[in-house]
Amino acid sequence: MPSAGPAHEGRGALAREVRLQVPAQVEYERAASVEHALALLARYAPGARILAGGHSLIPMMKLRLAQPEVLIDINQISGLRYIERAGGELRIGALARHADLLAAPLAGEHFTILHDAERVIADPIVRNWGTIGGSLCQADPSEDLSAAFAALKGSMVIHGPGGRREVSARAFHTGPYETVVGPAEMLTEIRLPIRPGSGSAYLKVARRTGDWPIGAAGAAVWLAGGRITDVGIGLTAVGAAGFVAAEAEEFLRGRTADAQNLARAGEIAAEHCRPAADQRGPVEYKRHLVGELTARVLGTAVRRAGELAS
Amino acid sequence: MKITVTVNGVDHTRVVEPRLLLIHFLRDELGLTGSHWGCDTSNCGACVIWLDRTPVKSCTVLAVMADGREIATVEGLGRDGALDPVQEAFAACHGLQCGFCTPGMLMTARWLLDHHPDPTAGEIREAISGQVCRCTGYENIVRSVLWAAKHDRPGTS
Repeated sequence: MPSAGPAHEGRGALAREVRLQVPAQVEYERAASVEHALALLARYAPGARILAGGHSLIPMMKLRLAQPEVLIDINQISGLRYIERAGGELRIGALARHADLLAAPLAGEHFTILHDAERVIADPIVRNWGTIGGSLCQADPSEDLSAAFAALKGSMVIHGPGGRREVSARAFHTGPYETVVGPAEMLTEIRLPIRPGSGSAYLKVARRTGDWPIGAAGAAVWLAGGRITDVGIGLTAVGAAGFVAAEAEEFLRGRTADAQNLARAGEIAAEHCRPAADQRGPVEYKRHLVGELTARVLGTAVRRAGELAS
Repeated sequence: MKITVTVNGVDHTRVVEPRLLLIHFLRDELGLTGSHWGCDTSNCGACVIWLDRTPVKSCTVLAVMADGREIATVEGLGRDGALDPVQEAFAACHGLQCGFCTPGMLMTARWLLDHHPDPTAGEIREAISGQVCRCTGYENIVRSVLWAAKHDRPGTS
């Protein structure tokens, strides 16, 4: 086994401990542009991984859950770090940091759900360096923004050797830690359609501040005359396919936005999700949480849609 | 790989393995042991430094990612032999006991006060919520940062 460097040698048991907590040997390349990153990916795929903030990838490398041969650092591509409004959409560059999204008035103005979610993602220091694109591509089944973007019916822009393609946020994940992004491709942008008459919210229950959720729900509703014309409900950490509560959405579409309907939508979401029992709680509790959180975020989203309209 | 990093205003050039973590670069290569190596899982915040004037957890950044960038550590807080007000505050208000979390807490506190000179206790708690202290119960840390806000001199950082 390779050593962790000269400074760590000769410390016996401690050195062995140390070796478990540093990444394995890896090559490093720095991309100056998206085109350069794609060229490097083409050269090194499938052994290469894009390195953005590294706040998911580096811990995975320490644990040997990820063992890329080559890291392609994209932190210098400043053109990928933006949050802007264009073409009737909010567009988020893949390299935008979590703190950028939380600090962006544009995001809060159109999608309160994003600020709700960002406030409870990890902690302020992690949010300073962790990136939006990195979180999505890590594709942790408990990741928060995946549920928020699914609720908002956003889409992901992916660049690769074949050019550019756009994929629905709901079809972005193919399984735990797996996405549609191919080994020679990279995520470059998230797009969220800005449509009038909407309100949105996110709520998460975690064991302690900064932890992964036991369960979390996000909702976006579009109202006209007290009726729900469209709705998006995202769930995370509870085994919802595509991070979506599709059956609950189906139930609500066209109905009045009253407490009874919202509560029923929560029950439907709880019924159809597939949480796993783990150290964060048993299945029954997680289902209960989904029902409660879904009804609550829907209520908040409806209230916010009303406030915006008035 | 050869990298040059500016740490507390001084350029350091070293040849490092790409997998070397920034915290180990600072401690083992540069001998700056003020930043502490704690949980190694970006939970505890003992390793918080500033990367390009932003607090980050240096156990979760590779040294090569800091190439060409500016780092500030707790060693750079004091000026001309005088402690920074946040350091004075932690001494005055008993903001530490064992001191292990202190360098990270100081770097976050300095950043907070630079951007929000008059924070509430709640805002201070939020700012340090990614950092663990096992001695103080956080009470005296919050008190220290409030004290520092009161005693901050303009242009101290």
